[in-house]
Amino acid sequence: MSGRVVTAAEMGLIGCRRCGHVMQRPQAVEGNSCARCGAGLRWRKPQSLERCWAFLIAAMILYVPANTMTMMKTINPFNSTDDTIMSGVIYLWAAGTPELAVIVFVASVMVPIGKFIALLTLLVSVHRGSSRDRVGRTRLYRIIEKIGHWSMLDVFVVALLVALVRFDLFGRVEAGGGAICFGGVVLLTMMASLSFDPRLIWDTPEKT
Amino acid sequence: MSLDRWVVCEQCDSVYTRRPLRPGEVADCARCGHHLYRHHRFDLERLLALTLATAIVFVMANVYPVVALNAQGAYNAATIWGAVIATWESGVAPVAFISALLVFFFPLSQICLFAYVLLGLRRGRRPAEFRQAMHALSLMQPWSMAEVFMLGILVAIVKLHGVMTVIPGIGLWSFAILTLLLAALTSYDLQDLWDIAEDVEAGRPA
Ligand SMILES: [Zn+2]
Ligand SMILES: [Zn+2]
Repeated sequence: MSGRVVTAAEMGLIGCRRCGHVMQRPQAVEGNSCARCGAGLRWRKPQSLERCWAFLIAAMILYVPANTMTMMKTINPFNSTDDTIMSGVIYLWAAGTPELAVIVFVASVMVPIGKFIALLTLLVSVHRGSSRDRVGRTRLYRIIEKIGHWSMLDVFVVALLVALVRFDLFGRVEAGGGAICFGGVVLLTMMASLSFDPRLIWDTPEKT
Repeated sequence: MSLDRWVVCEQCDSVYTRRPLRPGEVADCARCGHHLYRHHRFDLERLLALTLATAIVFVMANVYPVVALNAQGAYNAATIWGAVIATWESGVAPVAFISALLVFFFPLSQICLFAYVLLGLRRGRRPAEFRQAMHALSLMQPWSMAEVFMLGILVAIVKLHGVMTVIPGIGLWSFAILTLLLAALTSYDLQDLWDIAEDVEAGRPA
């Protein structure tokens, strides 16, 4: 590659988001269908920033009850304990399984919060028309796309414990509203990152 | 220059001309570093075999219990569907519904759709619903979470280990293999499959 690369937008081309087929003018028009797969052609993801903001804000609001409400109830004939995400992590640490505590902490706390911060950074930088470190920001986008779904871990753990621990004598485990909220947070952050169009990072002109 | 020799980077909109790659080589975007395409030697037979193996392991992972618990004589085994139903009965239907989609219906649909597409292509033509099947595959890709569930099983086992006797079931080993096979299957680039379909229809060997 020598010098500046040419963009599809400059050449009047649109690459199909579903099958990768490249369409040329005059067919390459917003709203036309891909000649190969029939998907609607989009120059950029529609309402990318608005949709990303909406999903992100909803996720951040839902993150509060996801952490304060009960994730999991442990009930036995003598007592019952309510666990939130953090108290579950602390329990794992105290029970002598710090590796597990770290895994759950990373998946349930660091990944969602990291994703909030990353998406906020991307959104604000695009709104400001920043031309700084586009490669780094695109890489950041790729990272959050890859790791986002791992946050679902704790929800699956609760579902499995509910299914396994149901004994009359030794007690049982029930899922709480926190599990619903947390599952919602993961889905919403995934929808936020899917809505974001990384090409917007590259659309702003170079500042001289 | 023919249009299907062009590649547009979906992350920064740069345009490149496709060049032949050596085995194992990956073409990266010079501007943003995104993987544009990789060398593939599409072997429909092999991919079909992989799909069928994945289907068999999927059935096993769902028929046999993943883990069983033994607490002083009281015994309880859980299959994946058992976990979904127990979560449903526990009063958190949304969690049950989402889990069922992410670890059961999406992986199952992926396996069926791959089988449908590949069986058709092997017979030398695009199956009737090829477009719809490919679109469904690409839409489902980000939402298929077998590997996360696998880690969840391990976390649940270690959590219970100190309190009760945990007996790993055939379903656990099957699910572990399913995770690997599904990852191998979905690592194939769907855009390549579109190219193969065009080759197959034009009578060129894939
Ligand atoms: Zn297309
Ligand atoms: Zn690029």
